[in-house]
Amino acid sequence: MAFAIQFVIDVLSLGGAYALMALGLVIIYGILRLVNFAYGELIMVAGYTMYLTSGSGLPWLLMAALAVVMAIVFGILTDYVAFRPVRAKSVTAVLITSFAFSNLLQNAALLFISPRPRNVPLPDIFSQTVSIGGAITPVRNLITIAASIVLLAAVAFLMRKTTLGIAMRAAATNFTMARMLGVPANLIITSAFALSGFLAGVVGLLWIGRIGTVVPGVGLEPLLVAFIATVIGGMRSLPGAVVGGFLLALIDTTLNYTLSQDLLKFRDAFTFSLVILILLWRPEGLIKGPATGQRT
Amino acid sequence: MKHSYLTALILIAVIAIIAVGSHVLGIRLYDRIATNLLISLVLVVGLQTFMGNSGLLSFAHIGFMGFGAYTSAVLTIPAQMKGMALPDLYEFMKVVEISPLLAMLAAGVVAALVAAFVAYPLMRLSDAAAVITSFALLVVLYTIMNNWSALTNGPRTLFGLPKTTDMPIAAIVAGVVVVVALLFKESRTGKLLRASREDEVAAAALGANIPQLRWRAFILAAFIAGVGGALWGHFITSFAPKAFYLKETFLIITMLVIGGANTVTGAVAGTVLITFAYEGLRGTEGALNAGATGAGQVVGLTEIVLALAMIAVMIVKPGGLFPNREIGHILTRTRRRKETSA
Repeated sequence: MAFAIQFVIDVLSLGGAYALMALGLVIIYGILRLVNFAYGELIMVAGYTMYLTSGSGLPWLLMAALAVVMAIVFGILTDYVAFRPVRAKSVTAVLITSFAFSNLLQNAALLFISPRPRNVPLPDIFSQTVSIGGAITPVRNLITIAASIVLLAAVAFLMRKTTLGIAMRAAATNFTMARMLGVPANLIITSAFALSGFLAGVVGLLWIGRIGTVVPGVGLEPLLVAFIATVIGGMRSLPGAVVGGFLLALIDTTLNYTLSQDLLKFRDAFTFSLVILILLWRPEGLIKGPATGQRT
Repeated sequence: MKHSYLTALILIAVIAIIAVGSHVLGIRLYDRIATNLLISLVLVVGLQTFMGNSGLLSFAHIGFMGFGAYTSAVLTIPAQMKGMALPDLYEFMKVVEISPLLAMLAAGVVAALVAAFVAYPLMRLSDAAAVITSFALLVVLYTIMNNWSALTNGPRTLFGLPKTTDMPIAAIVAGVVVVVALLFKESRTGKLLRASREDEVAAAALGANIPQLRWRAFILAAFIAGVGGALWGHFITSFAPKAFYLKETFLIITMLVIGGANTVTGAVAGTVLITFAYEGLRGTEGALNAGATGAGQVVGLTEIVLALAMIAVMIVKPGGLFPNREIGHILTRTRRRKETSA
């Protein structure tokens, strides 16, 4: 029983974090059909903001809020530097500019801060553990689950009930038509980047809360997770991103529990093989989104 | 077709000039830079055979380079050194020791086989999904190199490769690869693939089996990357898996994209240009580090400048310097235009 609870908590907390990451990526992809390679760096930005403000004596929550704000700012900056100038040109051009921007941010962190890991201030609650039905689990896992439930619900509400959300969904379905009907395109895109940055910032706190330190390359793993989750789930569908995130977490956790120590090193390779199998079965991902029109 | 011969001739001349030029100058540093340039050329042109013709960005190329480098290493490290260099190597491989040129071929074959096996299902994907899976594939290849200690010495540095790559060998391989890339471009597969790059639906309607075509190009690209990896391995003689990851991927993609991914000329031009820029910036970085003692090391400046250059090129000239015509084509056209106007 304890084992089952442990397993479920692991899957849900990992899946929640994965789902939020994937969601942040798909929001951009859904509207612009563009992949943001610099997404992982938003997590890095949140982490370094925490590190840089750690000596300021501010309450932790305020530092955390500042970190999320910085992630939002850099999210919008990504749009202005890497997307807006080349949006109309070609898919490859945008992939490359966002890849270059990701590199730019990472190397700026290397140059101006340090290549070595830096400690991030965390409240005590992140390192405590609790026992639920005999299963001992870190409190941060429960925080992650709670945060992901709240945020997923909030995003669902935003997308379904608010004007902004409906406009974003309209833009994702048919950008040209939405524009003709009076949806302000640039505002929608900026909001999408802001929302994406917000999700990255929150995930950044949860993610860095697990490791406690930040390095320039910290964004790679979350980025990869988000990538795979979106490809499994279906690149154009928000529910798909969430399903993909949880499925990926299920696969990862199961492998963690079942693989021997020798094989565990190769976990990523096994995960990826499973992804290939899923794609063989469903090349479009598990959930098909709306057919997307042109980007401009 | 005539302009294709002209292109091949010009590009081979460029390679020859680099090789002979650095030799004539007789400075060892230049010789090293030039050899490095030619090895990069092999890798970038290899990537061009897939990316340029299919229009899909592939991040996995450097992973295949790594597989090539390790394959060649395992096959060529002298038997008496293997105990030290690769203590956990499988028994039956401990006695294997073949000539580096043969190993280079084997490296290409291994990389191509791995590519053929893993990439087949991926070639059905288009657009972003294809790019993302190639990125994931790079991570997987890296994970394998980093953890298969028996063959790669794990994340530690592997040493003891015989140093067999010199300027002439690098130049010959680079020349051959350029010709192969041009031949592939003009082959039936290459032409159909480029048709699918321009319009996937139309090409499929004409009966082009796009996944199959992409698969062929991917295997060829991996083969060239494997050979390039072996070439590099026998030049550098000791390396660790981290030599085959994002930093290097960024560099070769920058080279290809700034030069122009659609043309072999672009691949060559980008490699030459970025190698010079890279070496210049590295020199500057080194000078800054030597000057500013104690103030901390300057790291990452080179990459920052390259990233800015890449963004700038994409904004101004999204196709790169040679977006769609090979150099031979451009020259014959201008000559013809002059003749008609005269």
